[in-house]
Amino acid sequence: MEQLITLGIMVVKNIVVVCVLMGFVAYTTLLERKLLGRLQVRPGPNRVGPFGLLQPIADGVKSFFKEDIIPDEADKTLYVLAPGISLFAALSMFAVIPFGPTVELFGQQVKLVIADLDTGLLYLLALATLGEYGVVLGGWASGNKYGVLGALRAAAQMISYECALGLAVIGTIIIAGSINLSEIVNAQAGLWFVAKYPFGFIFYLVAGLAEINRTPFDMPESESELACGFNIEYSSMKFATFMIAEYAHMFTVAAIVTTLFLGGWMGPGPAYLGPLWFIIKVFAIIFFFIWERGTYPRARYDHIMHFGWKFLLPLTLLNVVVTAALVAMGVL
Amino acid sequence: MADTKYMTINMGPQHPATHGVLRVVLELDGETIVSSTPDIGYLHRGIEKIFENRTYWQGQPLTDRLDYTSGMSNNLAYCLAVEKLIGVEIPKRAQYIRVMLSELQRIAAHLLWVSTHALDMGAMTVLFYGFRERESCLKLLEKVSGARLMPDYIRFGGLREELPEGFLAEAQALIKELPGRIDEYETLLTENVIWKGRLKGVCPLSADDAITYGVTGPVLRASGVYYDVRKAYPYSSYEDFDFEIPLGTKGDVYDRYLVRLKEMRQSIRIVQQAIDKLPEGPIKADAPAYVPPEKEEVAQDMAALIRHFKLMTDGFRPPKGEAYASIESSKGELGFYIVSDGTENPYRVRIRPPSFLNLGSISKMIHGSLVADVVAAIGSIDIVLGEIDK
Repeated sequence: MEQLITLGIMVVKNIVVVCVLMGFVAYTTLLERKLLGRLQVRPGPNRVGPFGLLQPIADGVKSFFKEDIIPDEADKTLYVLAPGISLFAALSMFAVIPFGPTVELFGQQVKLVIADLDTGLLYLLALATLGEYGVVLGGWASGNKYGVLGALRAAAQMISYECALGLAVIGTIIIAGSINLSEIVNAQAGLWFVAKYPFGFIFYLVAGLAEINRTPFDMPESESELACGFNIEYSSMKFATFMIAEYAHMFTVAAIVTTLFLGGWMGPGPAYLGPLWFIIKVFAIIFFFIWERGTYPRARYDHIMHFGWKFLLPLTLLNVVVTAALVAMGVL
Repeated sequence: MADTKYMTINMGPQHPATHGVLRVVLELDGETIVSSTPDIGYLHRGIEKIFENRTYWQGQPLTDRLDYTSGMSNNLAYCLAVEKLIGVEIPKRAQYIRVMLSELQRIAAHLLWVSTHALDMGAMTVLFYGFRERESCLKLLEKVSGARLMPDYIRFGGLREELPEGFLAEAQALIKELPGRIDEYETLLTENVIWKGRLKGVCPLSADDAITYGVTGPVLRASGVYYDVRKAYPYSSYEDFDFEIPLGTKGDVYDRYLVRLKEMRQSIRIVQQAIDKLPEGPIKADAPAYVPPEKEEVAQDMAALIRHFKLMTDGFRPPKGEAYASIESSKGELGFYIVSDGTENPYRVRIRPPSFLNLGSISKMIHGSLVADVVAAIGSIDIVLGEIDK
């Protein structure tokens, strides 16, 4: 009986998280278009349903009914697999992110996280890299030269920014003394890491932008030069899957920033408000992502490489050393 | 086994950043360009040939379709050439209005350029800001001519009709607002690190090369060559106006961007002066053989009615001869060379489109640069395919 309840809770948690996440992902596309619209003196989508609220559904339906094309030149297996890899990685990353503290539900102690892994952060970094394979393989397998260029750029960008990304989180591990995400959140009880470790926060945000391929780092896609790059040949639901993966990935990165630097679920009020605080913080980060997309031009490929290797990497390294020294001296 | 050292990619004719149907065949070594071949002709409509089968009147709407971002300037250039042929004196008021309108058109065209170039570089928001102001400019042009892009308001011997009521006040309001708006784009772009990274030192063209390739307009001036038809061969009373010709130093994409922004500010100055100094008087030349009478006159005077009918159906016959007139359009020197054999149709019309000659320098510009720079370079020349292919 005891095991059955645990299993039941597990299943419910899974379903709830996936549904909520997918719902948020769908409506983030609308939020992005609305916000960008506001930034750009235009209303954004407002025709489908009140305030355009049914737009994501219309988009989904439309994607389903579009012709699904697999180019003759494409490597069929990889071409079909690539969007799946992207989506798989983006979704499964969410498994280890704690969205609330331990709460008591129906006489059971329930941890508001799907899998409370002791190696949570490592798992996140590994899967984030895996997600990039979808982009690389997708571009390469589609047998289009622009796709290949996009894929090459994605690969180069991934290698350049994974290092900085990994180094940016090391500080939090040093301070928290754990790579279990729940414990990292608990370690921020007094003061959020964004205050203790502000440079790490900034570096992670920048490297995170590169990770999710958003302006100014949207190299693999860069629609004005590569005409959409890696997803140039994709249509129908495969294209939609790439889009969902991209937005899910954006959510995941926002959730990781929240967890590592902004105190995760913490906030005033009782424990069951935890998930609400978590969502508010995640959306604050997403707002930032959308805002900067409306502001910045796209950087050039080689400048991004220079920035990654010659600027971000040394600084994050220095940051790790300084943080370690400060922790050793007992300042942090 | 094919040579696998270089990759050939086909940029265009369907490509978001080639501004129409330009095709550039690129040989790439990694992302570096080894060689490039621009290929044009996808929008060829034989406009020069069509001119030969039309009366001079009927030729004018064709000029709108050349550089469709600055119809007013194209009309002006064509009218100046025909007026040279028939030798009429244009009243001062008409000349000033022509200057005012073609400067407004230049502002609109440059706004379009800033917007689309920013979009090419990934800065979406500027596109919408620029289009908002461009729309205000086009609304003014629409107010005088009834069309946003194809005005046909400038006619042989003057203008089609008097300025509509309230036009000057609206133009005044717009040019009062514009400098602040241009400042707004500059805040978003000019000192932006990423923007400078994309533009500075990218695809430069030396002054010598620019002259060799026959480049004109902002691209030439960005390379530091002081040449502007408005100053060198003033037409339509440009000599009465006080304005400067902004110059660049390095001739890179960033200089072209700065030159265009400064030119907009100068155009605002010119429009302001034209509004302030606008003389009273007729807007049509006193040349009954070429200039149709006013509508009221047609309604009351039999002779005027006949003259109007003759001019509209039969056209007019300029004396035998040839004439060349050029203006400084937003893209560069736009020239019309017209040969008349004394009939109602021109014997030959040759257009010197600035975009076509400017585009000639593209291979020189992008040699050895990156794929992303090709987009910047094509954008910075500010080509309109309608004008290149004719």
